[in-house]
Amino acid sequence: MTKTITIDGNAIPFEDGQTIMDAATAAGVYIPHLCHHPEYTPHGSCKLCTVRVNGRVCSACTFPAAEGQDVLNNTKDLNDDRQKITQMLFVEGNHFCPSCEKTGNCQLQAVAYYLNMLDDHFPHFYAHREMDASHHDVLIDHNRCIFCTLCVRASQQKDGKDVFAISGRGINKHLIVNSKSGQLKDTDLEASDQAAHICPTGAILIKRTGYTVPIGERIYDHKQIDEVSLASEAEDHG
Amino acid sequence: MAKIRIATTSLAGCFGCHMSFLDLDERLVALADLVEFDRSPITDIEHCTNCDIGLIEGGVCNSENVHTLREFRKNCKILVAVGACAINGGLPAMRNFIPLEECLSEAYLDGIGVENPQIPSDPELPLLLDKVRPIHEVVKIDYFLPGCPPSADVFWAFLTDLLEGREPSLSYELVHYD
Ligand code: SF4
Ligand code: SF4
Ligand code: FES
Repeated sequence: MTKTITIDGNAIPFEDGQTIMDAATAAGVYIPHLCHHPEYTPHGSCKLCTVRVNGRVCSACTFPAAEGQDVLNNTKDLNDDRQKITQMLFVEGNHFCPSCEKTGNCQLQAVAYYLNMLDDHFPHFYAHREMDASHHDVLIDHNRCIFCTLCVRASQQKDGKDVFAISGRGINKHLIVNSKSGQLKDTDLEASDQAAHICPTGAILIKRTGYTVPIGERIYDHKQIDEVSLASEAEDHG
Repeated sequence: MAKIRIATTSLAGCFGCHMSFLDLDERLVALADLVEFDRSPITDIEHCTNCDIGLIEGGVCNSENVHTLREFRKNCKILVAVGACAINGGLPAMRNFIPLEECLSEAYLDGIGVENPQIPSDPELPLLLDKVRPIHEVVKIDYFLPGCPPSADVFWAFLTDLLEGREPSLSYELVHYD
């Protein structure tokens, strides 16, 4: 007999070893997420995937599915909390979408649209963050990093390299690269690496590719992130 | 029925949001039956009084912006942040990472092609703030219309919702930050 959990009242099958996120995605149920990617070990840092499991607040991307779980996901309260979390991500960094090459194709922006986020609510930090344009093909704009560690994981788990890491804590947390000079050009990163393409924001960009897709044809111009995400991730979770 | 009074202004903005408002085109005629304009670039009224709706484009970058914003808050029942700059400072806020003195010297002293270099200091000029700020950090804002600029359809959806007594809401297609 298949084991099931319920999400928002619907029975969702799961197999042992799956997280709530795995089971939900395989069944076509979208749980908002930014630091989660089906091909990599969960990190559980962005908290966008916060759900209630039998009343308790948990991260769906790290919490194992188990018999008897009654999960709340798409509720007003949870989406309000997710919107506040997203607003915090926006004010901690410097997100000027009109001048960002990722706009229209950015998961952070798309999650904010999905949550109908119309303002940033909190006061802005306007923290001074640098850019690293030293690499021939790849640019890092630290203003837009949300410390999801997807580039760290992709470099280690897919590319067999160790180009990125997160250093420091709290407000001083920042992305670092593995080279003596501290510059991206002196690492072994190549533009074809998975780590150069996985960033859910405009923090890691491939040079000379910006604005090639016209407004109206970008990923999230007409499709919401739930649809886009389920279409690309449902198989990985199968 | 008395017409709804709307005031508008551009603080640290580029008037792009106002231009987008004018993109309502023939819908402006329908709107004119229902609303009248108080202080706004299209009326030349200098101070707003007793308005129903205030539309603010741009963030605050100088002392005059702060006074204008407070005047709007005092005189408008509903105050609306219009566009990216009002909401998060926008492109003018990209100067926030450069010390003000450096910005001024680059523009007025050391910049290429500057003649008669001097930092403008006429007492009539409003003083610059050290950082450009979104308007919700200065006064309470009731509604936000994102976009750089928000499209005419955003203004239309918002105003018709308000005028017809509905809680304004923007559909997915109308919410964008660029
Ligand atoms: S990374 Fe995304 S949210 Fe940030 S400025 Fe770029 S498009 Fe906007
Ligand atoms: S650079 Fe991008 S992928 Fe790497 S941690 Fe920052 S947001 Fe995540
Ligand atoms: S997706 Fe689960 S914490 Fe980020």
